[in-house]
Order: sequence, then C-alpha cells, then structure tokens
Amino acid sequence: MNYTLEKLKTCRYLYWGTFLFLGFLVLLGLASSAYMEHEGHYVTGMNNQIVWGLPHIFAVTLIVIASGVLNIASMSSAFDKKLYKPLAPLSALFAIAFLVSGLIILVLDLGRPDRLIVAMTTYNFKSIFAWNIFLYSGFFVILSIYIWTMLDFNVSKFSSVVGKLAFGWRIILTTGTGSIFGFLVAREAYSTAVLAPLFIIMSLLYGTAVFYLLLRIISKMQNITIPSEITVNIRKLIIIFLLANIYFLILYHITNLYISKQIAIEKFILLDGGGYTTMFWLGQVGFGLLIPLFFELTNKDNRDFPLTLTSIMVIVGGFFAVAVIIIGGQAFPLNIFPDHTIIESSFFDNNIHGYTPSIYEFGLGIGGTSLALIIILILITNLKFIPAKK
Amino acid sequence: MINRRKFLVKSATALAITFVVPSIISNKAHAKKPLAEKVSDKQSWGIHIDTSKCIDGCTACVDACNEENGLTGFGRPETDSQWIRKVTVKSNTTDKITTMPLMCQHCENPPCCDVCPTGASFKRIDGIVMVNQHTCIGCRYCMMACPFKARSFVHETLTQQNTNAPRGKGCVESCNLCVNRIDHGSETTACEDACNNLGHSAITFGDLNDKNSKISLAMNSNNPRRLRNDLNLDQKVFYSNI
Ligand code: SF4
Ligand code: SF4
Repeated sequence: MNYTLEKLKTCRYLYWGTFLFLGFLVLLGLASSAYMEHEGHYVTGMNNQIVWGLPHIFAVTLIVIASGVLNIASMSSAFDKKLYKPLAPLSALFAIAFLVSGLIILVLDLGRPDRLIVAMTTYNFKSIFAWNIFLYSGFFVILSIYIWTMLDFNVSKFSSVVGKLAFGWRIILTTGTGSIFGFLVAREAYSTAVLAPLFIIMSLLYGTAVFYLLLRIISKMQNITIPSEITVNIRKLIIIFLLANIYFLILYHITNLYISKQIAIEKFILLDGGGYTTMFWLGQVGFGLLIPLFFELTNKDNRDFPLTLTSIMVIVGGFFAVAVIIIGGQAFPLNIFPDHTIIESSFFDNNIHGYTPSIYEFGLGIGGTSLALIIILILITNLKFIPAKK
Repeated sequence: MINRRKFLVKSATALAITFVVPSIISNKAHAKKPLAEKVSDKQSWGIHIDTSKCIDGCTACVDACNEENGLTGFGRPETDSQWIRKVTVKSNTTDKITTMPLMCQHCENPPCCDVCPTGASFKRIDGIVMVNQHTCIGCRYCMMACPFKARSFVHETLTQQNTNAPRGKGCVESCNLCVNRIDHGSETTACEDACNNLGHSAITFGDLNDKNSKISLAMNSNNPRRLRNDLNLDQKVFYSNI
C-alpha cells in the first residue's frame, strides 16, 4: 500500500477543547494525589487490609494495555503483516503513552513519591518489582527508538529489527507485571502459573480494543475512513483474543479448584463473595467477554458500530477483571491458621475486607488516564503519525 | 549487610549524640552492651509464645508495644498501626479455643524482604526483620507479601513520636523485636515484660542460638511449632499449645 504519514489536522476548536478538557482532568489527578500525600492515605479507601486499591487497578490496566496496543505494530514488524505497517507508529505511540501514565499513577500513589530517586537508585535484585522498573524503562527506550526509526526515513532500515526487539520485550514485560502477583506466596488467589499467560492474553485483548477505539476517534477528527480490511482484521483478532481469554480464564479457575487449599478463595470469587462475585460474573465475564463475543460473532458484515461498542465493553470488563484480581485477592482473609477459624481479632483477620474507593483515588486514576490521551493528542498534532493515502 | 550495619550504626550514633548519655534515651533501655558493638550472627533472636498461658481479654503486650513504640492511634482501627495484635482461634476439629498475640514472625526467609524493591525491608544477621525508614518508598508490596499481615502502613501525619522508634507517614512498619532495647543490651522486649509483670509469662524472648537461654529452655519443654510451616519461611516466632 502506498501511504504517507501526516499530522493531525483537525479544527482548532476541537483540538483546544479536547486539550483543555484532558488537561483539566490531569490537573485534577495531580491535585488528588497531592491531597492524599499531604493528608496521608487514611483519606483514601485503602487501609491496612486492602493495601492496593483503585490507583493500582488503573495503573495495572494501563500497563497491560500499553503492552497490548503494541500488538498492531508487532504484527507488522515481527510477523510482517503489511496491512498494519502504516499503523505501526501510532501503535508504538499509544504504548508509550499508556506505559508512562500507568507508571505515573503508581508513583503518585506511593507513600513517599518524593523518594522516587531512591526507587531509581537503590535496587533489591531479588524483587520482581525492581526488575519491573528495568523492564518498564527498557520498554520506554526501545519504543522511543522504534518510533524514531519509523518516522525518520534515514534510519528506517532498522525499524524491523527494533520492532522485533520491542515485541520480545513486551512479552517479558507483561509476564513481569503478572509475576508481581505470582510472587505473593501466601495469597491464594495469585499462586498459579496460569496467571502469566492470562495476563498476556488480557493485554492482547484490551490493547486491540483500545487501539481500535483510538483509531476510530482519530479518523473522525482527521476526517478519514478506516480501510475495511483493517476493520475486518481487527474484528477477527478481537474474536480470537476473546476466545483465548475465556479459555485461559477457565483454565485459571479450574487449576485453582484442583489445588485444595485454593478452593476457599475460588468459592469466594465464584460463589459467595458478594460484590466481588458480581464484579466477576457481571463485569469481567458477562460485560467484558461473553456479550462482546456475542456482538462480534453476529457482526458478520464487520460494521463499525458494534465493533466500537465491543471495544468499550472489553475495556470496561478488563478494568473489572483487574479489580477482581487485585482487590478480590486481598479481600479474602489470609489463611494464617489452617484447620482453625479465627473468631476474634482486632486487625480484621476474620473478616472479608470491604473496599470503598475514595474520590481522590478515582481522580488520580482518571487524571492518569487523561495524561495518556493528552500525550497522544500532543504528539499526533506535532509529529507525523497518521497514515494517509498518497 | 554492610549497608544495613552502617545504617544501624549511623542511627545509633545519631541517637547517642542527641542524648549524650545513652542510658537516658529511654527509661526502658538498658545500657549493658556498648551501642558501637556490631550486630553479629552469634545471636539469633526469637520469641516463644505459650498460648496456654495467654489470657483471653488481656492486651497487656499490645498496650506495652504501643507505648514502647509510640503507636498512638487516631481512632481509625482500619488504618491505625498495629505491630502486635491479639487473635482468638477455634480448632475446626476439636473446637479448642486458643488466644494469642500475633506479630511479625521474623522469618528467616522473609517474603517481605524478597519483594521490597529498594531493600528497605531487611533482615539483620541476628535475625531481626525490620524496615529502614529512610529508604522505604511506601509501595506496600511487603504488606501484600507477608503471610501474617504483620505490617502496617502509616496512614497519617505523626506528631510527638518516641525518639527510640523512628516512624514516618507514608512508610511501612512492623514489630522489630524492640531492636532499640536489644541493641542497648536489654534481654527482654516490651511485650514480654508486660506479660511477665502480670504474672502470665506467656511470652519468652531470647537467643535461639544459646542452648541455655530462657527461650531455648521454654522451647524444649513445650513442643513449639511455627505458623504456616508449609510455607518454609523458618520464622523465629514459635507457638505452643495451639
Ligand atoms: S512475618 Fe511478615 S513482616 Fe515479618 S518477616 Fe515474615 S514476611 Fe516479613
Ligand atoms: S513499602 Fe517500603 S518496606 Fe515495604 S516493600 Fe515497599 S519500599 Fe519496601
């Protein structure tokens, strides 16, 4: 296909309107974080029982998406699919934007964000968290080089090699993100090896959905149409990833059911966990997997509208999926005394822990997400990212 | 190890300079051992808890810990720090009810230290697991990793802290076996003293390497066990008669 890359040429008002709106949300996020830091985390919904909350759901979802949106570029560089070559720069740009914003949310939720420099200079190499800091910075650097090789004709011969490197790196990165949970020996919800492939497939699904949505928005703003081959192909991908996600989700829960000490947590998530069970069945499974699958299987003529709806539902469902993993895994009390029932404790050892996020955590999450979008907006307006027919 | 030692020596020196006479740092500190003496692996500190002596409803150990370490709460039990807590459990097979204190178990293979990205969670060579309050970034990964929920995150601004137990908003903390007292030569922890003072003597602190120490003797006669032995963490806190 013959194509060139262009900047975003949308009407000034639309650009500035979007810019100001997103900028406002980013400021709101910063203000929320400043308030939480100043007052201390007691103003959030998090406590000594649920230590990771809404900010972590946002951050993990964004990082998982970051790795997944790169899929489009990977298909062009690693699997040589010509169809996606014009979209590869956008895909890499989205990846950077989501990665940065996910990390910023994580940092702003730290008890001591002012000690970021400590985190960057003092490493405990036994910690998967420390390794993730390397994985993330490496990903950032590789992606930046990748974008450069795609935008600058003089270095374009390297783009395929760097693209392959980025592809490999992102698989390791998603595994690394999943392993953050895998290393928690005593948290039953996390101790199966299936969590890593599940995270990879989740990233592919959510990433593709996000890519399609953003592509739709950008093509509307730029007043171009998405070629039908792309829509056809993305629909196929989404169906495959939905099926794979359902498969790994079933595998994950069956594995847990086979491990006798994990039956209790399974029962909790699948049957009697109240809000968590609802989030699982309605949010993650129904809204995020089954209904989208139904929509796409019936969307035989590849219409845009159902695909857009599907993508939105997949992303919302993905958010719930991460919430079930992060919060559900903490809400279930630790099994400190096997063969005993804790009947009294001042530290809530015998309770299912509840979690009601505060407006500040929500503000931080939304602000972070808006940061990703504003980064994208600024870069596509000032650099040539958007494909156009020659 | 060097860094940890340096950190401890530095903090100890700072305290000594501030207070000129180390023995008045805290009326609970006993100056039997010079502070400059290095922490060594000759000792392996641990605690034995005889649950048959622990009294239902008694919270003397908890109160003593709060006082020793300046853990004044804010009336918000879900976010206030608890370094030690009382739990009561019932056996699923025999219905036997046991009550006991629960705190950091000072694991020989501590998951909290394994996951800590900055190494702020560390284990001293004498077995004490603690948090370096200068390098903790407050990520709470250690709290996710601890199988005993032994850690607390400081959720609010602290005022009027005890000088012998530095703490800070935004950092994680947990029982450090009264490290400040031990480094000053004390042979007891605050919780043990409080329990003994009431005549219950359910808590015994001491050196697990010394065959004649009070903890070794208590352990010999009591058939102690570790909580969650299946996790192979080799904790230094033992329980009997659960
Ligand atoms: S009990 Fe928890 S905090 Fe204490 S050493 Fe073990 S893992 Fe760390
Ligand atoms: S909260 Fe502090 S001590 Fe705990 S893992 Fe994070 S940096 Fe380490």
